[in-house]
Amino acid sequence: MSEWISTLALAVAAVVLLSAYVSWRAGRLDRLHTRVETAYAALDAALLRRGAVVLELASSPALEPASAVLLGDAAARARRAHGEGRAARELAESNLSRALRAVLSEPGFAEEMTVPEGATEDVVADVEASAKRVMLARRFYNNAVAGIREARSSRLVRLLRLAGSAPMPEFFEMDDEPPATAPM
Amino acid sequence: MRIGLVCPYTWEVPGGVQQHVGDLAEALLHLGHEVSVLAPCDSETELPPYLVSAGRAVPVPYNGSVARLSFGFRAAGRVRRWIREGAFDVLHVHEPAAPSLSLLACWVAEGPIVATFHASTPRSRALAASAGALQPALEKINGRIAVSDAARKTLVEHLGGDAVLVPNGVAVDRYTEARPLDGWPGEGGAIGFLGRLDESRKGLGVLLDAFDILGRERTGLRLLIAGPGDTAEVRERVAPELRDRVVCLGRVDEVDKVRAYHSVDVFCAPNLGGESFGIVLAEAMSAGAPILASDIPAFSHVLREGEAGHLFTTGDPADLARGAAELLDSGERREALSHAARAAVRAYDWRTVAADVVRVYETVLPLERRQGPVTAGRQEPV
Repeated sequence: MSEWISTLALAVAAVVLLSAYVSWRAGRLDRLHTRVETAYAALDAALLRRGAVVLELASSPALEPASAVLLGDAAARARRAHGEGRAARELAESNLSRALRAVLSEPGFAEEMTVPEGATEDVVADVEASAKRVMLARRFYNNAVAGIREARSSRLVRLLRLAGSAPMPEFFEMDDEPPATAPM
Repeated sequence: MRIGLVCPYTWEVPGGVQQHVGDLAEALLHLGHEVSVLAPCDSETELPPYLVSAGRAVPVPYNGSVARLSFGFRAAGRVRRWIREGAFDVLHVHEPAAPSLSLLACWVAEGPIVATFHASTPRSRALAASAGALQPALEKINGRIAVSDAARKTLVEHLGGDAVLVPNGVAVDRYTEARPLDGWPGEGGAIGFLGRLDESRKGLGVLLDAFDILGRERTGLRLLIAGPGDTAEVRERVAPELRDRVVCLGRVDEVDKVRAYHSVDVFCAPNLGGESFGIVLAEAMSAGAPILASDIPAFSHVLREGEAGHLFTTGDPADLARGAAELLDSGERREALSHAARAAVRAYDWRTVAADVVRVYETVLPLERRQGPVTAGRQEPV
């Protein structure tokens, strides 16, 4: 009799432990999803900010018009691709990175666009900073995506459908290499 | 007159604008003007004597693809030096809305500026977005030229204002003399076609249908087809018993193209529409080929309503076949059409076109003729 009870107690304990573990795994998945969402919001904000700052640079009267048109065109396309799906956006943002690198690395750019001593606004520095922030934000987002993709690939998660109907997050693939201005 | 021409695209890359600038420069030189052309170049060697290199163009995403353009302050510095050394009476920039040398030249220069607009693109929001950056530089242009109605329409829509129409010219002399391709035109007669094979507007299908009639009546008649596209597909469309009399050259180089025009008894332009000018037709006329063309408005205009070439009902293979038969049967008629075509195409010769361009220059020159040349203006380095 007592043997029967102790077996039952063991079984109950096993079920409790197992469900606690499963619930912990589900909670972890949930946290990972939240992390992806937060990281995506940060990436989105970083891209939008870069676009806005590039447009500001493009309208700077100090910049020669050919570079201004190139930057304006690339930034406008990136902004429009915002609502056109992931692939279109990745392409447009990559093109903006390339256009930025091409324009900022032209010899003479750094000298001509240097702000006078004591000025408070430096739009070129803003552009460079925003481009670096895009690179960081994308790296963090892709890390989060990699984490959740790995977590969701485990047998337990797939068997018990712990991820529910949440869509599988995709990596954000783009050329995010920030510009480097040519040495003076 | 001292004239400075600016080409925004790499000189060595084949393209409509580059060709236009080169032909215009040579025609202006022929008219006795002094000409210097500034363009991005890949190499400094084997350039024509009038050309000044602005260095290599840089590949950059623009307008939905990757374009090779010259931009940046160093390029602007080169333009400035060229303008200063050239001391031009008039500066003539091409395609100044493209973010390259021509736009920089407008930005840098002070003085009489003429601009030619080549591109015809449907209205796009991207161009509208960059119009703000373009406006101050483009406002310095004194005279605007468009090469076609479509280019003029684009200009009016995107940037406002109007332009005078001066079409592309044809370098007639380049086509006048050539040796026919080996074995052509042959005893039984030959009909020629040049154009993209897979573009239905070029009307190759109409010609093939007509050949199905003609080829059976005339056992020696051959068809010479030149142009890029799937040649196997074309041969597939021809009845098997006629197939070996249809010769497809594929894409041909400039030399073989001229020889091809001289290799046929009748040159056929069966286009269904959409041509604004018909450069191929004008080249064939320069070569003195007897022309058989569809009666779309552009062609009837160039062929003087049938005086300089035989017109048939657009898209009608039977009418094409009748016209071709008439020409093939009468050497006299072919001779007459050949002469008439050579005379008519003179109106489109680069020398005629260049004279029109010079008239535009004269209009923008200040009345006090020696008010001084174009200068690098207020953008002088400190």
